[in-house]
Amino acid sequence: MSAAPDTVRPIKIAILAMGGEGGGVLADWIIDVAEHADYLAQTTSVPGVAQRTGATIYYLELFPRAAARARGKDPVLALIPVPGDVDVVIASELMEAGRAVQRGFVTPDCTTLIASTHRVFSMTERTALADGRVDAARLQEACTLAAKRLIAFDMAGLAEATGSVISAVLFGALAGADLLPFPRAAFEAAIERGGVGVAASLSAFRAGFDAAAAGRTAAAAAPVVSSTTAAKPGSLAALLDEAAHTYPQIADIVRAGVERVADYQDIGYARRYLARLSSIAPLARERNGERLLAETARQLALAMAYEDTIRVAELKIRASRFARVREEVRLGDGQLLQIAEFMHPRVQEIADTLPAGFGRWLLDTRWARRLVERFTKSGKVVKTTSLRGFLLLYLVAALKPMRPRSLRFAAEQTAIDQWLGVVRDTARTDAALATEVAETRNLVRGYGDTHERGRDRFDALMAVLPQVMTLPDSAARFAALRKAAQADESGAELNRAIAALPKLSQAAE
Amino acid sequence: MTESVIGKETAMAERSFKEEVNKLRLGAGDEFHGEAILAVTKALLQSGVSYVAGYQGAPISHLMDVLADANDILENLGIRFENSASEATAAATLAASVNYPLRGAVTFKSPVGTNVASDALANLSSGGVTGGALIIIGEDYGEGSSIMQERTHAFAMKSQLWLLDPRPNLPTIVDTVEKAFQLSEASHTPVMLELRIRACHVYGQFAAKNNAKPSFGIKDALERPNRDVNRIALPPATYMHEKEKIEQRWPAAVRFISENKLNELFAEDVADIGIVMQGGLYNHSLRALEILGLADAFGESRIPLYVLNVTYPLIDAEFVRFCAGKKAILIVEEGQPDFIEQAVNTILRRADLQTKVDGKNCLPMAGEYTGGVVRDGIAKFVAAHRPDLLDRANGAVVKLRPGEDDKTRLQAALKMLGENVHGRPPSFCTGCPERPIFAAMKLVERELGQHHVSCDIGCHLFSILPPFNIGNTTMGYGLGAAGASAFNMKADKRAIAVMGDGGFWHNGLASSIGNAVFNKSDNVVIVVDNGYSAATGGQDIPSSFADNPIRSTKNTIERAVRGVGVEWVRTLTRTYDVAKMRDTLKEALTTAVKGPKVIVAQSECMLNKQRRVRPLMNKAIKAGERVVRERFGVDPDTCTGDHSCIRLSGCPSLTIAPNPDPLRKDPVTKVINSCVGCGLCGEVSHAAVLCPSFYRASIINNPSVFDRALARVRAFVIGALQRRLDRRAVAG
Repeated sequence: MSAAPDTVRPIKIAILAMGGEGGGVLADWIIDVAEHADYLAQTTSVPGVAQRTGATIYYLELFPRAAARARGKDPVLALIPVPGDVDVVIASELMEAGRAVQRGFVTPDCTTLIASTHRVFSMTERTALADGRVDAARLQEACTLAAKRLIAFDMAGLAEATGSVISAVLFGALAGADLLPFPRAAFEAAIERGGVGVAASLSAFRAGFDAAAAGRTAAAAAPVVSSTTAAKPGSLAALLDEAAHTYPQIADIVRAGVERVADYQDIGYARRYLARLSSIAPLARERNGERLLAETARQLALAMAYEDTIRVAELKIRASRFARVREEVRLGDGQLLQIAEFMHPRVQEIADTLPAGFGRWLLDTRWARRLVERFTKSGKVVKTTSLRGFLLLYLVAALKPMRPRSLRFAAEQTAIDQWLGVVRDTARTDAALATEVAETRNLVRGYGDTHERGRDRFDALMAVLPQVMTLPDSAARFAALRKAAQADESGAELNRAIAALPKLSQAAE
Repeated sequence: MTESVIGKETAMAERSFKEEVNKLRLGAGDEFHGEAILAVTKALLQSGVSYVAGYQGAPISHLMDVLADANDILENLGIRFENSASEATAAATLAASVNYPLRGAVTFKSPVGTNVASDALANLSSGGVTGGALIIIGEDYGEGSSIMQERTHAFAMKSQLWLLDPRPNLPTIVDTVEKAFQLSEASHTPVMLELRIRACHVYGQFAAKNNAKPSFGIKDALERPNRDVNRIALPPATYMHEKEKIEQRWPAAVRFISENKLNELFAEDVADIGIVMQGGLYNHSLRALEILGLADAFGESRIPLYVLNVTYPLIDAEFVRFCAGKKAILIVEEGQPDFIEQAVNTILRRADLQTKVDGKNCLPMAGEYTGGVVRDGIAKFVAAHRPDLLDRANGAVVKLRPGEDDKTRLQAALKMLGENVHGRPPSFCTGCPERPIFAAMKLVERELGQHHVSCDIGCHLFSILPPFNIGNTTMGYGLGAAGASAFNMKADKRAIAVMGDGGFWHNGLASSIGNAVFNKSDNVVIVVDNGYSAATGGQDIPSSFADNPIRSTKNTIERAVRGVGVEWVRTLTRTYDVAKMRDTLKEALTTAVKGPKVIVAQSECMLNKQRRVRPLMNKAIKAGERVVRERFGVDPDTCTGDHSCIRLSGCPSLTIAPNPDPLRKDPVTKVINSCVGCGLCGEVSHAAVLCPSFYRASIINNPSVFDRALARVRAFVIGALQRRLDRRAVAG
């Protein structure tokens, strides 16, 4: 230290981590590096209830012993960061980095922010009825603005790739950013002295070091969208080509739709999909409604490939699905895997699968219904990797050719045509509103209670459509209603929103 | 992070503090490195204590945990260590110092613990003590606190026991422990040592001394008892006690504090203004002064400082001396009411000093004094009385106001963040056995409607937050059912009370269950029996499932509640059975049986279970044994992105991921690899009839010959059928 002791200031580091991410280990490593480099080191934290999944802040101050010796006195080190006076902020996740900015720890004049760009979704984001995720790009942009220097990359990904934990990658990034007066070897020595999982920690450290040293601030890689395309045989391939040719602007969606529907039932069903879509196409083209066509194509495919027992059974027993599970649970060499499904088909679903007449009979005949109910009172655990379980699902999947004659199939086709009719009629006068009507079909999905709730909300929205149609900003209003329909499980928000609509008579004036 | 594991048969708390225990063995010439609360533990041993007791709770749990593992050291020193049933028990333990020259210390979280302890503390303070009696208080105030925001200071004032608030560095804290015993003995008064959360967890160093064995021990007292009726809090002695406090003990304390310079003066005469601060806020205040250019990094201040390492009693003469010749002082006193500021005004008035007293007019009345708050408060004070000091200090190390460009950038960043940063409220851990209880309550809610739910203290209180949103009030530890007492009238619905096993043994058995029986309550009480006092760090309690060599465990809650007269008791031994949980709760809410209905919901705390089981599992796998690990997963192609399952769980390992389906936009549910396979996801999707997307994967390590043979047969048949399926799909 060449500076006079009177002007020496401590190095101030704040770590924002969540319970179980090893924020404490990271703080301990930094303390260890500092102490071995003849620095006085102090750390403190406020764990409390935060250790149960909450956010925790660790705060460290480092001070050269040489300066203290020269002065003959120990420095006074603070236990809490002062906004505008933090040298390094380390955030284990992107929203936590945003929190550090909000709390004033990150300022453009002095703070280097080291943040992982991956997301650990908040409870609010996770429990949303649809998509409640915040915009990660905005979080990162805010960090760029607030920090003097931002070092940001997907450290969770690196931790996973190196078989270690994120704290080791963060430690590597801290070393690689070249912010502290300690050489790389000093950091690595601290990991070695720690003695736990040394090899994995070191490789994660190196990955973090290299990325930070290379000045990476890249956003996390976009998720790879994989479509479940198998080989495209004769007729299907031809149909796909036809789809792409007819709808060049939305070829991806239409091809995916054709594939989905063909996979769901057969090639004939896929032709029916294209036929239905073509009933909207001229109108959409006329009204410049590319989004209308795209949303209709998307929702139509999803509606036609509705979730039923046959579909679920088929998806569960595929070889590709077994492979996916093996990968997801990271099955190692020499390990065996058994898969068990949690299913709870009820009378309704069973009747839905039966030929229409038989299905209706089952639902309407008291004794038969009771009998089936007795067997479906509790859920079933089906072991798909056992012969018995696999064959059971295989047999259910084998009912696929019978599906077009089933009770549910008929009902779904009627509902689809009705909805398409409304989309078409609306499009004649209001293409933007028609797009929203198309997208609203998304409410109908899922199984059991979820499906019933979704259908009820969809029906409620369709019921107020005539009213909305007469209002200015009809499309925006309808979109807002759809949002309200997905705001809560009880439907209170939707009821409020519907009640708040201007009455027909008023609106007509 | 030492989390080694001891086998179930010898398990106490499932964590081992071997490394920390070794630090307690250090002697003269060694340097101690570690957290302050551990330094306090070491200081107790150096001070020659004869007994230590306490009730765990953040931020002082560590003291209890480490001593529980240090039995051999304690035995060698002749020290009795008690895991008290409650803070009241802990405080009552100090009775040992009334008649005998025994030094003793107790510890708990405050002010909640002090609330519980106050009956014993008042009795103890009335009669006074012979041996040094120390109460180590973890002041749980400000960020990260889990309790209501109050001050322990009021307890010191009402019972006249002394309150120490030392500067938060290890040498000072350790020295204060020894001084506290001496002060207690010199003034025959119990002494409280207050440590804030950050101070408890601060890591630092101090020069260790040898541990001291008391010259007069518990054994001596037991074998040679003596009594003094004047030390018992019963009239007429109580009238004498009050006089004694004022006429003898207080002056003795003032004398000891002044003579030993427990409070510190720095740069006393360098300016005509000064700052008075609680010792615990010294580091914050000095950093603020340094940033303002009024001190250097070593605490050399250009403004006189008076540091109150003793915040009760205040030493009038020291204040008079400090204020003489000063036109204004600032009092940095955290929390409210502003007891110190009020007292200082009285002291100066009586001494007829005209020094202006600033405090809560510069600093906020309520809320934690964080770094920025203290900096701004001190800046305001100095600017009002000596702006020239700030001008001269324009070599200030930190720019007080950021430049325009920086400010614009920050504002833009903040605007962009807006609503995009969500709170992360505490929640149940991955695989927590309490989660299914509330999932079941949610399902009952769907059928029978909402009920009034009275909560208690413990992890289960997280039910009040998303995703469960269950619970109306919490009135204190073990008071869950007590809080539902008034709801005892004929109605179409019953009230539900929730209580943990920790609260049950702390206070709940008598105040909640016994009370409900006696008053013929018709309510439902759920006792969450996870085998530990889990929220405080996993300490053992009377109903813990494991053996504990130094404590009596396995005393079941069902036996206890039947013992106080409950007739309707159901013990469920697997909380993850959501359907059974739901049905039992429904039965309790609808049965015609009179009297309180108690459901004991039993499953081991997952955090502690994993600490115990995971290393054992890894060891077994390494040794080539057949070990099956289970975890759950979600098939993204059947998941429709409604997230009902998350709303009924909130498990940290149950999250969302981008939808791999190009036709769908909403994120799918995903189970990440931290899943411990508790089974809740499957049970919930069954009980709530959710969706068929969940699967359980059983991963067999070191499969047996039979496993492998069976797998081969299955793969042969299933593989053939799968290939047939694929061919047909292609034929489409």
